[in-house]
Amino acid sequence: MTTIVEQETPAVIRSHVFSQGTWQKLLAFASLIALMAVFSIASENFLQRDNLIGILQATAVNGVLAVAATFVIITGGIDLSVGTLMTFCAVIAGVVLTYWGLPMPVGIVAAIAAGAVCGSISGTIIAKMKVPPFIATLGMMMLLKGLALVISGTRPIYFNDTPNFPMIAQESLIGTVLPFLPIPNGVLILFVVAIISSIVLTRTALGRYTFALGSNEEAVRLSGVNTDFWKIIVYTVSGAICGIAGLIIASRLNSAQPALGQGYELDAIAAVVIGGTSLSGGRGTILGTIIGALIISVLTNGLRILSVAQEWQTVVTGIIIILAVYADILRRKGQG
Amino acid sequence: MTPLVTIRNLDKAFPGVQALRQARFELLPGEVHALMGENGAGKSTLMKILAGIYTKDTGEIRVEGIPVDIPTPRAAQDLGISIIHQELNLMNDLTAAQNIFIGREPRRAFGLFLDEEALNRKASAIFERMHLRLDPRVEVGKLTVAKQQMIEIAKALSFRSKVLIMDEPTAALNNAEIAELFRIIRQLKAEGVGIVYISHKMDELKEISDRVTVMRDGEYVGTMPTASTPVDTIISMMVGRSLTETKTEIRDLPQHEVVLEVRNLRRDPAIRDVSFSLRRGEILGFAGLMGAGRTEVARAIFGADPIDGGEIIVRGRPVKIRSPRDAVRLGIGYLSEDRKRFGLATGMDVATNIAMPCLNRFLSLRTFLRLRAIRETSRSYIRQLRIKTPSETQEVRLLSGGNQQKIVIAKWLARDCEILFFDEPTRGIDVGAKNEIYKLLNTLAAQGRAIVMISSELPEILRMSHRIAVMCEGRLTGELPTEGTTQEDIMRLATQRRSVTVAGAAAAARG
Repeated sequence: MTTIVEQETPAVIRSHVFSQGTWQKLLAFASLIALMAVFSIASENFLQRDNLIGILQATAVNGVLAVAATFVIITGGIDLSVGTLMTFCAVIAGVVLTYWGLPMPVGIVAAIAAGAVCGSISGTIIAKMKVPPFIATLGMMMLLKGLALVISGTRPIYFNDTPNFPMIAQESLIGTVLPFLPIPNGVLILFVVAIISSIVLTRTALGRYTFALGSNEEAVRLSGVNTDFWKIIVYTVSGAICGIAGLIIASRLNSAQPALGQGYELDAIAAVVIGGTSLSGGRGTILGTIIGALIISVLTNGLRILSVAQEWQTVVTGIIIILAVYADILRRKGQG
Repeated sequence: MTPLVTIRNLDKAFPGVQALRQARFELLPGEVHALMGENGAGKSTLMKILAGIYTKDTGEIRVEGIPVDIPTPRAAQDLGISIIHQELNLMNDLTAAQNIFIGREPRRAFGLFLDEEALNRKASAIFERMHLRLDPRVEVGKLTVAKQQMIEIAKALSFRSKVLIMDEPTAALNNAEIAELFRIIRQLKAEGVGIVYISHKMDELKEISDRVTVMRDGEYVGTMPTASTPVDTIISMMVGRSLTETKTEIRDLPQHEVVLEVRNLRRDPAIRDVSFSLRRGEILGFAGLMGAGRTEVARAIFGADPIDGGEIIVRGRPVKIRSPRDAVRLGIGYLSEDRKRFGLATGMDVATNIAMPCLNRFLSLRTFLRLRAIRETSRSYIRQLRIKTPSETQEVRLLSGGNQQKIVIAKWLARDCEILFFDEPTRGIDVGAKNEIYKLLNTLAAQGRAIVMISSELPEILRMSHRIAVMCEGRLTGELPTEGTTQEDIMRLATQRRSVTVAGAAAAARG
């Protein structure tokens, strides 16, 4: 009884709200700061403005994909198709803009819509046909990889007819307003997507059901909520976000590269997990995911500056993932 | 007064079982109506039908005099019927308020964003109505089971429920928490809410309920006013059926060697100071209600769960059992109540299953399986235990429950286990196969194996056991000789809760 009384005093409520899941986020954030400190001591090039902007630029695609994966993982599912879906959406944009010669906004809408449609298909397979998410999205991953190659004729599609296309990710809107801060638009898009996603997850019914599904799906169903419908919506939203990632990567390369994409899903899932989202569902944050994605980019960038071989960079990333999840397990044990 | 709920002539069959037969029930406004019966009597099924979780086959349900159809949980909620499940159905990662209003979140203007303040305010208002001091923003997974239950009740109230079904609500509560629950029940009662209270605990029923309806084997037995009905009458209504089966012949066991002795076994909070001994050739029946801690005792001795204290002595030597591996090395086997989950690889064939725990005996060069030896061994067990299977290559899932159980037994026999724990060995097995399992248990005991048989079926306990240990709430409440013991005696010990035991122990100490 005493604990209840304590919880009712406002100060304790506030500290309680702060402590919820914050530990892991703080740990991830602290790791990020520590990594940056180490690299900036080890090499004076690390803290250069251009290098930092490069890190952000490198985070844009993986970050957006990781946000997409976060939605699905919070429901207790998994999405292995985010990488190839991104490529597929890029190819769709290429078809619409280059093959059909339609105006740029149509291409943008088409890419995002393609992502949403594919996501809703995954969601339907999982929710209605009861195929486990791992299998359903593994199938989608391969299916989309194949389709992207078929549609593009296995050749890259260049956006030569759409001169403004590279602007999507490469130019800097912020830079024109604040010349000392030339953050590329791709990064800007990442932050906009992250902020909107964060609001959706914490403030809307969709977000509430996303967490509720991952926490106890049967309880949600017995509460009279149409769980299948909301699950499909979650995968649809995730797919649409993959479409945005497709636009960023296509814009950066000024082409849709149909062979690209596989492997991106693992980086995205890694970022989500490092960011403290539970693979068993029910808990997670977008902020954590973004920090997770930044950790991966900083690591890659820093190790490259220190001239560590690429192979070793992958080894280190693997170790970081295991440590991050182990830290989460330790924390849970501590809570009892 | 129009009854809130009237159920008449309700039938419900599940594949292979007639769960309810012409079931009846009535609930008045402002009444606490206890629903009693042995495990499997159909109480939970009946209530799940009322709550829209199952649908009835035939029969009539009236709510406030109007015939209704309740196809979904949502429909039940709309009729003002809520159920609080035995295993709570909450989303642990969400807050109290978020749990209560899941699916009905208040929105801000334009309906896009959730109104978290309104949500917490509404939850607070319900807590206030219950006189419950609880922060609506607290994460449900961090609360005690008792508080989680309060949240389930709050959720039910948020639907303006007129009918509240509680399935074993006090199973996981301590005395102070039970008192708090009862306070809330009395308050709801005063507001005219009708409460269906499913429980096995006699003292609670006496304290809280107005009437009691007893069910047995899916059928209605009777409804009595609680206050004027003696506990023994209720128990005999529950047990009802007569014992026609022949009893086990009790041989002279005391001179047999004690193979297993357990002293002061503790594992908080499931096992509280349990001591017993087991002789060679003996069948010790473990009786008690579901959740009494019998399975937990077996698992603890088997090393499946860590223990907090106590001594285990096997064949006169004190031993430490840290894992099932240790237990098996000492010749202890545990046959789980859930064969499908823990006992068998149902997708594999009979021979593979039988050889599984002792595969290294069937290896040549420590690597390759000696398939012929495996086949021959399993054939010999198929013969010995009369397992009905076309061949040893049949997939286990295609066999009946009784035969699957025999395969589990064969597994442990193949490992030369001398001490066997059978956890509900006949659950989900039809009558004919049950008799075969009984015969088999008797044979095993006659061969000198020591057997602990956990069972919730009293006739089975009385028929099979040489001695009967009864558990309630993690404690051993008594040990009875089979001779002269009735089902009522066991039931009394199985429902003997702390307060009673303490008084009894005090009396014993004085005497």
